[in-house]
Amino acid sequence: MHKTILIGALTAAGLAAGASAAATVDDVKARGELICGSNTGLTGFGAPDANGNWQGFDVALCRAIAAAVLGDPNKVRFVPTTGETRFTALASGEVDVLIRNSTWTFSRDTELAFDFVAVNYYDGQGFMVKKDLGVASAKELDGATVCIQTGTTTELNLADFFKANNMTYTPVNVQDDSQAQQQYLAGACDAYTTDASGLAASRATMADPENHIILPEIISKEPLGPVVRHGDNNWGDIVRWTFYALVTAEEKGITAANVEEVAASSTDPEVRRLLGVEGDMGAKIGLDNEFAKRAIAAVGNYGEIFEANIGEATPIGLARGLNALWTQGGLQYAPPFR
Amino acid sequence: MALAPDAPKDSFRLSMLIYDTRFRAMTIQVIVLILFGLAVAWLLNNTVQNLAAKGKTFNYSFLWVRAGYDIEQTLIPYTNDSTHFRALLVGLTNTLVVALVGCIGATILGVIVGVLRLSKNWLVARIMTVYVEIFRNIPLLLWILIIYVPISEIAPAPSAFRVTEEMQAAGQAPAASKILFDTVAVTNRGIYAPLPLFSRPLGSVDLGPVSLNLTFLSIVAVLGASILAYRALRARARAVQEATGVRPVTWWKSLMILVLPTALLLAAMGLHLEIPELTRFNFTGGILLQHAFTALTLALILYTGAFIAEIVRAGILAVSKGQTEAAYALGLRPNRTMSLIILPQALRVIIPPLISQYLNLTKNTSLGIAVSYLDLRGTLGGITLNQTGRELECMLLMMLIYLTISLIISAVMNVYNRSVRLKER
Repeated sequence: MHKTILIGALTAAGLAAGASAAATVDDVKARGELICGSNTGLTGFGAPDANGNWQGFDVALCRAIAAAVLGDPNKVRFVPTTGETRFTALASGEVDVLIRNSTWTFSRDTELAFDFVAVNYYDGQGFMVKKDLGVASAKELDGATVCIQTGTTTELNLADFFKANNMTYTPVNVQDDSQAQQQYLAGACDAYTTDASGLAASRATMADPENHIILPEIISKEPLGPVVRHGDNNWGDIVRWTFYALVTAEEKGITAANVEEVAASSTDPEVRRLLGVEGDMGAKIGLDNEFAKRAIAAVGNYGEIFEANIGEATPIGLARGLNALWTQGGLQYAPPFR
Repeated sequence: MALAPDAPKDSFRLSMLIYDTRFRAMTIQVIVLILFGLAVAWLLNNTVQNLAAKGKTFNYSFLWVRAGYDIEQTLIPYTNDSTHFRALLVGLTNTLVVALVGCIGATILGVIVGVLRLSKNWLVARIMTVYVEIFRNIPLLLWILIIYVPISEIAPAPSAFRVTEEMQAAGQAPAASKILFDTVAVTNRGIYAPLPLFSRPLGSVDLGPVSLNLTFLSIVAVLGASILAYRALRARARAVQEATGVRPVTWWKSLMILVLPTALLLAAMGLHLEIPELTRFNFTGGILLQHAFTALTLALILYTGAFIAEIVRAGILAVSKGQTEAAYALGLRPNRTMSLIILPQALRVIIPPLISQYLNLTKNTSLGIAVSYLDLRGTLGGITLNQTGRELECMLLMMLIYLTISLIISAVMNVYNRSVRLKER
């Protein structure tokens, strides 16, 4: 009996691990479709809209990569993953790239054998409470019940924060944002904690956002970014430089609307290299020269993506803050295209 | 003179392995065994290679690293500074407590329903049939959710229990209040019940990984001694009855023997109840019975109870009707017939399938994940697995633990089965 069960386990493990670590970009091209690990539904970052089309800040990056690699931003299949399943999905090869509000940490980068190729959103963990609770600071939450997503860094930060402030709490473990929101609204917990951006996104989808406040304390650093498997450096480069192309585009004032015009008229050598007018940037990462141009044309530059999905004009209403370009006091800084 | 030809020489040819029925069975077994071994070797090799390709090692040292996360329901001391192994133990105890309560509850429910389904009362029998058919034909997961959602949505929030000064001034009652003499608070987060505490506990002895709670042990010891004394008293009463024909009055002696020593011990240790009190956010003090626990246990009892009811019914029907008729002929009433004649015989048929129901129930506790009940699957197979990224190790260990629990239950029940089965002379 021992033996049979062991075999079962090993079969499962063997099959899961069976996906080869060979070039992901070839797999994607052969398949004609990019498989992107996304959120199960976090409005503004990654969620299907009323027509079933995926929309959001993270989703846009998936579409940019599809445009760069396959030439069509719609050739993406989105695989919804929870905080618990996302890394297994990536490690087993079920998804090509994971763009799902995932925090870059030492152990994930090393022990889990992943590469965080860039940071598309600099975030931090916050708390949301109902206004009528009368809480103005996270330090007043001693004894509270807190909803927390399992399998996340926020889970560990939460324990550390309460310990450091000599407070106690009762955790309520939930699987994803929608479950967390339901439990929080039902009053199963006093506070809901996750990345501040996630809180803002959750609040925007509530019936009465004005009755909920996000507490001022940010208790952690949460650099969120696209993740690929460790060892396939070429694929990592493609994802990284597609993202940086979008950032550079914002810096250079290239938008989805004017990209063709800029490509035709610009005299700035970096812009010309970026848009593939001269040089052979694309060939160096195994793509054609116009990969960045297609990505920008498909989804717009970093600033456009931000404003369209989570910016101040949207219900989520996030300020650029740390995510402004470095030239405007933020942290978004693309290495030179040279 | 012609000699009788020599008996054929007992020579062995390779073809006999296939064509000789004496060897064929063996040949097939050997081939299958070799194929099986090759399959195992291939799987092992595949695993090792893939682990190597991913640069992952296979070891369990992560179990001794600080876990860093908190667990709602802990039956043994645990903080986020404890190790992953400790978190595993917390999960294991959470699994076992559901399994234990579930098995006991399902057995009681199953026996009652199984007997009532055979009742001559048409209405009772039909109601029991409806219960059995509904519960065993709808997936357990749905039952867990069906029970969990209403109790967590309908019950009032802790804040509804609050009495503010304005409300006191206006003479208003709070929206909700504690029940059972103002001791138990049913909220949407769980049921807060009073916790028995001792003001003069005996402390505990630390023995490495386990610590012995002397308070608890002393209560068990005293209670055990009382029960032994009670049995001695009954044995003596029976002896007297057989000798003289008159049974001495024992009820007040039994009562004293059973209750008094334990009560004295509890009083000496200063037993009192800690009543949950409303603080800033929640009730504190007392013990919290999570809705996840309640829903999971209740669903398991109702679901498995339906199966056990069918097993009990089958067991009873397996006892020949002549037994009942003979009992009636002797003048036994139906209740006594059931408890003295039918059920003891039915047990022989009931126990073996009952074992597999217990095993099912124990394994089904892992569905607690649906209501975020942190059992073994939730700690070792959930958070620990996720935070350490040791999928293979965690899964194998978890399977091994469930396997061990199941084998232990199976072994214990087999011993019991042996004790009730027909003694052949």
